[in-house]
Amino acid sequence: MKFSVILSISKTHLLSRKKQTIIAALGVTFGIGAYIIMMSFMTGLNGLLDGLMLNRTPHVHIYNEIEPSSTQPIDSDTTYSDHLRIVRSVKPKTGQLKIHNASALLSYLNDQKYVKGATPLVKAQAFYMAGSTRLNGSLSGVDVMKETELYNLDAYVIEGSTEALAMNENGILLGKGVAKMLSVDVGDVVQVSTVYGDIFPLKVVGFYQSGLAELDKIQSYVNLKTAQRLIGESVNYITDINVKLFSVEDAPQVSADLQKKYDLTAVDIQTANAEFDTGTSIRNMISYAVSIALLIVAGFGIYNILNMFIYEKMNDIAILKATGFSGRDVQRIFISEAIIIGVVGGVLGLIVGYFVSLLISQAPFETEALPTIKHMPVNFDPSFYVIGIIFAMVSTFFAGYLPAKKAQKIDPVDIIRGQ
Amino acid sequence: MEKALEAIDINKHFRKPVDFHVLKDISISIDKGEFVSVMGKSGCGKSTLLYILSTMDTDYTGELFLNNKLVTGRTSDELARIRNEQIGFVFQFHYLLSEFTVLENVMLPAKKLGRKSHEEIEHDAIAKLKLLEIDDQALKLSSRISGGQKQRVAIARSLINDPVIIMGDEPTGNLDSKNANNVFEIFEDLTEEQGLSLLIVTHDDDFAKRTNRIITMGDGMILD
Repeated sequence: MKFSVILSISKTHLLSRKKQTIIAALGVTFGIGAYIIMMSFMTGLNGLLDGLMLNRTPHVHIYNEIEPSSTQPIDSDTTYSDHLRIVRSVKPKTGQLKIHNASALLSYLNDQKYVKGATPLVKAQAFYMAGSTRLNGSLSGVDVMKETELYNLDAYVIEGSTEALAMNENGILLGKGVAKMLSVDVGDVVQVSTVYGDIFPLKVVGFYQSGLAELDKIQSYVNLKTAQRLIGESVNYITDINVKLFSVEDAPQVSADLQKKYDLTAVDIQTANAEFDTGTSIRNMISYAVSIALLIVAGFGIYNILNMFIYEKMNDIAILKATGFSGRDVQRIFISEAIIIGVVGGVLGLIVGYFVSLLISQAPFETEALPTIKHMPVNFDPSFYVIGIIFAMVSTFFAGYLPAKKAQKIDPVDIIRGQ
Repeated sequence: MEKALEAIDINKHFRKPVDFHVLKDISISIDKGEFVSVMGKSGCGKSTLLYILSTMDTDYTGELFLNNKLVTGRTSDELARIRNEQIGFVFQFHYLLSEFTVLENVMLPAKKLGRKSHEEIEHDAIAKLKLLEIDDQALKLSSRISGGQKQRVAIARSLINDPVIIMGDEPTGNLDSKNANNVFEIFEDLTEEQGLSLLIVTHDDDFAKRTNRIITMGDGMILD
């Protein structure tokens, strides 16, 4: 038998009970709408918070750790191997902060398939000179364009630009806190002194604000070459290598491999920022739990209304069965009614959810921590909409299934006799 | 004469609240084109018998043949199909689906059968309504017409799939004598002109007397 007959009966049933149909559909609309709004906003916020830390954190950070040797000379002497050996006052091994043969390592990393990009970094201690006062500072020499591409350095530049830094060998991207203390503007020149006492004049090309106030009072960015020049080292002097991978999940494996192969310290992002992962997954879990609760409530609404429908429609069911509709046909009629409610309510919910999300994304949201964010963060991921409509249909199917099963079992003889 | 319906040794018990033997060894057969009425006092089991003969009630022992085919023991889906194709129903109260128009009500069993196109079904339905002289009400909601009209629409609906037999449970019980007479004449025409079999349960003596054969029931048995 053609399904269109069943659909036309369902349609007539729904249209002749407009008010109840609308109320049932609105239940779904609110459920799905709230789900969309919540997921969009929550994941938008999550993305923002993750971005605050994780986007500019390298997946693997390679550097030389200054630490005491794990084996002392006496350990290698077999004469004392069965003696208790105690070495007091062990000092760190004299060594270089520089990564040995860094350029070879860099090009090796950049050739790997799983690496999105590896960037060199020179960290240098420095002082900002304000008259006779010397302010503690830390300079990072970076490959500006690569840093912008991989870690969105430009997103944290509140005045000036990263391009200006890339083009100016004597430029400095000053931390917002530093700039405030030195009371300088873009275009001014600051005097930077190295730990060895040499003073360099550097031109301020922009301000940088990470959102972490403590960091902004110390941190500034310069070109890689400038940093090397500042501490009087050659072009292959590199203290750190930051690696960004295509998939964050690979980071522990990659860092373990590098550590073994090159005798360097390599820290993966998971170890460095364990708490971020948990925060994100818990926030996601909460949003899903609330959305599911909302949909279950909507589902109960549909269940109730369909149950009522079926009690009102006992006679109709008996007539349909007497004139040759099978129990399964009757069941299909009521299930398709539920699904129609689900689809109509769900699509409306998607539309409502989309427009409210759009509204939220227009709401002003300004914070010190996030200089480039002007509006509420909202994630318009289409997968939420797909999940939403599937959810609406599945939940209404189950809400309709039990009442429909009941309708299927109704014995027409009982109804006709009962009159 | 070919048989439209034959029942052999039908027995039925009501088990709740206490065991009650409603129908006792009922055997009955109806020829094609025969107009049969069933009479009997209230509670004698005539409606119960009708529901069994109509295949809606399957809780009985014995054998039931429709159009010379055994229908006892078929699945409920098969029975629904048989009802749809071969049996037309006219009830006392449960007339029509109130939210549908008269025309839709008449068309529905044919749509379920799905043998003809929508246009053909609509054409047939209007023809049946014309036969019963209510085609002018076709597009009204079925809840908006009078009781006599409803009963005629119900008859039109029972005819839509050209069934072998039409069964009625006091189809005139709720009508005044003029309308009852109308319905009787329609039934009579159907048997005479279209060779339909009719099995009508009724309380109405006048109605019953005018049929081909009266089956009188008492205490779950056929008396004569």
